[in-house]
Parts: sequence; C-alpha cells; structure tokens
Amino acid sequence: MDMLMALTTVCYLLSTVGYIVYLFYQKDHLQKSGLYLLLAGFCLHTAAIAAAFFQSGQIPVRNLYETLSIAGWATAGVFLVFQFKFQLKILGIYAAPLVSLIMVMAARLPREPAQANTLFNSFWLITHIVVIFTGEAAFALACGVGILYLFQERALKTKNYGFFFRRLPDLELLDTTGYASIFVGFTLLTIGLVTGFVYAKSSWGRFWSWDPKEVWSGISWLLYAALLHGRLALGWRGRKAAVMAIIGFGILLFTFLGVNFLLEGHHGEFTR
Amino acid sequence: MSDIVIVGLNHNTAPVEIRECLAFSGVETDAALERLQKYPVIEEALLVSTCNRVEVLLTTATPSAAIDAVKSFLSEFKQVAPEKFDASLYIHVGDAAVRHLFRVAASLDSMMVGEPQILGQIKAAYQGAVRKKTSGVVLNRLMHRTFFVAKRVRSETGIGDHAVSISYAAVELGRKIFGTLEGKKVLLIGAGEMAELAVEHLIRNRVGDLFVANRTFERGVALAQQFRGRPIRFEEIPDHLQQVDIIISSTGSPGFIIGPGHIKGIMRGRRNRPLFFVDIAVPRDIDPDINRLPNVYVYDIDDLKGVIEENIEDRNREALKAQRIIDEAVIRFRQWLESLSVVPTIVALQKKLDAIAATELNKTWHALSHLSEHDREVIGRMTQSMIHKILHDPMLWLKREGSDNDRAALLDITRKLFKLDEP
Repeated sequence: MDMLMALTTVCYLLSTVGYIVYLFYQKDHLQKSGLYLLLAGFCLHTAAIAAAFFQSGQIPVRNLYETLSIAGWATAGVFLVFQFKFQLKILGIYAAPLVSLIMVMAARLPREPAQANTLFNSFWLITHIVVIFTGEAAFALACGVGILYLFQERALKTKNYGFFFRRLPDLELLDTTGYASIFVGFTLLTIGLVTGFVYAKSSWGRFWSWDPKEVWSGISWLLYAALLHGRLALGWRGRKAAVMAIIGFGILLFTFLGVNFLLEGHHGEFTR
Repeated sequence: MSDIVIVGLNHNTAPVEIRECLAFSGVETDAALERLQKYPVIEEALLVSTCNRVEVLLTTATPSAAIDAVKSFLSEFKQVAPEKFDASLYIHVGDAAVRHLFRVAASLDSMMVGEPQILGQIKAAYQGAVRKKTSGVVLNRLMHRTFFVAKRVRSETGIGDHAVSISYAAVELGRKIFGTLEGKKVLLIGAGEMAELAVEHLIRNRVGDLFVANRTFERGVALAQQFRGRPIRFEEIPDHLQQVDIIISSTGSPGFIIGPGHIKGIMRGRRNRPLFFVDIAVPRDIDPDINRLPNVYVYDIDDLKGVIEENIEDRNREALKAQRIIDEAVIRFRQWLESLSVVPTIVALQKKLDAIAATELNKTWHALSHLSEHDREVIGRMTQSMIHKILHDPMLWLKREGSDNDRAALLDITRKLFKLDEP
C-alpha cells in the first residue's frame, strides 16, 4: 500500500519535471512523457485507493492524509479528462505540480485512521465524497486556467511577446476551458451538496446543521452560481471570469483546509 | 560519374516580368519534361515552377553541356531570347545543387522564409517527373532525401512558426485572441497596400463577413467588390462596431476615428466578445486608451513590428539550426552518390581493358595465323585472367571502406589515369 503510494508520488513528481522542462524547451515528446507519467501515476493511485477500500470496506477518507490523497487523485483524473477533451497541453504545468504538492503534503501527515465507525459505509456518503472531490478538482483546474488566462491577457495587453505569449494558448481556448471547468465543478458541487444533505438527514436527522464546512461550502456554491449567472445572463468573460475563478478556488481551499484547522464541526474529525 | 545540376531563377535573381515569361503551367511542365528527355546529355530531369521560381534539376555526365542544353531549351520552349534571362540564372553543380534543393524545399530560400507551400510544390514537380519517367536512381533518391530534410527542418526548428510580415503578425495576434479566425467579422476602414494585404490574409484564414468603410463611398464600393465585402458609409462605423470582431484601420485622418467612448457602450451588447483593432495608420486612427478596456485589444504599427522583430530574431536562430541539418544531409547524400559511382568506374575500367585485349588479340591472330582454334582459346583465356588479376587489387582498393572524400579522389585519379571519361 505505502509502496503503491510512494510509486504514485514518484510518477507525479516525474510528470512535473517533464512539464517544467516542456515549458522551457517546447518539445512535444516532453509534454507527452509528462502526460503519460501522470496517467501512470493516476492508475497506480486508483489501485492504491481501491486496495484501501477493499481492505477496510470503507472509502478511505478517515484522516487528512487520506482525504488529501483523494483530492490529489480527483485532480489528476479531472485534469486527464480535460486534457483529452481540450488538448490544453500547457495546463499540465499547473496540474502536475499541484497534484505532486498535494501528495507530498499528504506524505508528511500521520497515517492512523480516525476512529472507525459505520458512518463511512453509506451509498450517499460515498457519492457525496467522490462527487465533491471531483467537483473541487474541476474548480482547481478552473483556477489554473484562470491564472494562465491572466498571464496571456497581460502579455497581449502590454504587447510583451516573450516567454508566455509564445507558450500559452489563445485566450478563447483558455476562456472556454475555464468556463467548462466551472460548469462541471458547479454541477458536481451541487450534486455533492444534495447527497450530503440526504446523508445528513439519514444520519443526524436534519439536512442542514450550520456546520462551518456546510456554511463555507454554501458560500462557494453561491459564488460560483453568481459567476455562472454572470456568464450566461450578462456575458461576463475574460479577465473578470478568470479572476472570479481564482477567488472562488481560494474560498474553496479555505472550506477544505482552513475550516478544519480554524473552526469546529462534524466534518472536522476525519480531516484532521 | 553523373553530376547533379540545377539551373534556375527565383525572386531574388529575376524580376517578375522575367519570371512570368519562364513560368510553366502544369501541362507545359509535362511537355517540357518530354523535351528535356530528348537531350542526350541529360540523364534525369525534373522541373519546378512556382510564382517565385523556375528551376530545372538534372543529372548529367557533362555539366557544362547540360547547362547549355537547358538554356537553349528554356529559350526555345518559352520563345524568349536567351540574353533576356541569362543574367538572372543561377547554376549549381554537385553539392551546391543538392544544398540549394534542400534549402528551397525547407523554405529557407523562399520570399517568405518558412512559408509551407513550397514543399508541396516540389512534391508535385517530382510526381510529374515520376509520371513522365524522367527521374531515375539518382533523382529518386535525391527527392526522397529532400522531403525528409524539409520535414526534419520543419519539425526540429521553429522556422515556420512565426510571422515575419505585418499582415502575418496581425493574423498571429488574432489567433492568440480568438483561437481560430474562422467566421470572425472584419471591418476595413480606409485603404492602403498593407491594410489590403492584411485583409487578404484574414480571408485566407476564412474570416466571415467583411465590411469596408471609406471616406469616399465610391472607393469603398470598389474595394468591397475586390474582396467580396459590403461597403458601408463612414458615418456607419460606430453602428457596425457592435457586430464585427476585427477592425483594420488605415486612413489618412489626422486624429483618432474611434475612441473609448465608442467602445464602452457596446461591449455589453457584444456580451464581451473580444474586439481586436489593427491600426496600420500613421498618425493613428484608434485611440490607444481603448486597449485599457476589458476584452479589447489595440495594436498599432509599432506593436506589430514588435511581433515581427521578435520573430525575425527567432527565425535567424532557427535558420542556423536548419543550416546544420541541411549540411549534414548534403554530406550524407554525397556519400551515397559516390558509393554508387564506384561501380560504373570499375565497369568502365573493365570495358577499357577488354577493348584493348580484343584489339591486341586481333593483331596477334593476324601475325600468328598458324595457331589452331584451341591455341587461340587458350591465349584468349590467358588475357582474360591477366585482366582479372590486374584489376583485382585496384578494384578492392576502390571498393574498400573508407572516408568518402578519399574515395572521390581515388575515383578521380582512376578515371584520369585510364582516361575513362573520353572515348
């Protein structure tokens, strides 16, 4: 198990190296090796998570280590899907280091699971967790695409046709990808929240209990809803959409990590 | 040993009046190849004719005679006096010819260095030669090397990546903003060579509707017809900003024609779809403050030149890389060609000795008429085996592995020593 996770992390790290070298030398085989290493890492990671699942019969989110690992796994998976859909090669320069960082952070955390209880077995809970993490991964990518958009927009506005101008794709593709990521993320977040409510109702008898994580998830949801509304109804796009995607992800990160450390709540016990 | 020769002219050596006199259409090319084939000095031949160049590529044992043949062929076939184009011709023989061909195919010799069409044109020329069976062992090999080198240059250097003209620069910037230019609506304000070139380029990138605005409506109508666009009145420009995506402006107006005030109101109606201004006019037509508005991009002539300068620097660097690839390929090809020519040399040598033996034996038969048929056979066999023994070591010496520069020299000496090149 640990062996698998170590191999996974090594794959992600090598993929990061591949993408960084690609950024500078722009050779297609570098990007390809980065992508395939990431894919290999993702497969190993999937195997590791599946092994953990069958070993304990529970979805492995029993401590921060496992939660981060799932988050990294979801990010890698969503990136791979987007990569094959949009061919946005350069996005790997954001996704691979992000996944690596998550894994390295996770590797430094204690591994003992929190007290095992039957809470982790429900269909609703598993759906809730998987969907929420996948959605958050999509938002992470939206944030990355937004950052790339800001770089490229700046290059175009300041007429600085240097490093980034050449290497980054066109604004239209970045904008569309960002929008698609947010759309996917929002859909999944919504489903994740709904399944969460159902699960909360079944285990605690109420849909909503003003748990800080619930509150902050709600705030994120509202922000992304506003962003999508702005896009669809008012044609918000470009810089404004990119900035909002980045802010949105900041809030999401706080919901994911900050809430655990700074605030209390029933999500806290298995993300600490 | 056959040599490779190129006789041709291009945009650097000949003005368009001469190039158009000597250009060959597709049908003419076929006829021309048939004609070239009839010259005994020409072994294999290929003809490339594009709007920027006419080149005859051939192999021959006697380059000087073949060059004269090509000149007279050009003059007869195209009905042009030789003195009219003689000064524009360049002639390359051997390695220089191979290098020239590689450079042309890799688009290093093009008017627009790095433009991709030339390779396709050369491929078509080669197909013509194959169809007419005017290419043989040497040209087949040479052309396949050429395609390989051109592809290598394209994939391993950035020679074709970047724009080096104002209109290319505009298209490149447009692509960075819109991704694809397909279906984008264009507004041309004013006229002028550079603006029209840019429009042509955009049309080649399959932009959508084109509107043409001019201070004099008649001129606008004429331009619109030229590009199959729609003429609009100068006063209508603000109304059309709402729907177009790319604006190319090139008027003689002393002040700005479009300011931020024109744009602020329309972005919402455009749902913030990007707006891309190319301002070629000096003094400028588009207020540069517009560039500060979100989703609007304004480039003046200096900004476009910035793109080009960046690209030219890059391209020069890339051209050096391409040069290295080509040099390597030229050496490789020469090695092949020379290895090929060992065999003809040996064959020629053998023929020469056989001929000497035959003459001398004949003389001997006359002097020694009493010899029986059997005696003659024995003496004949003896001369044959002497020839074999004499040739044995030189043949090994010529065929042995070694550097090809050496081999070329050896072959040269052998041919001179035995006078193989003169009957």
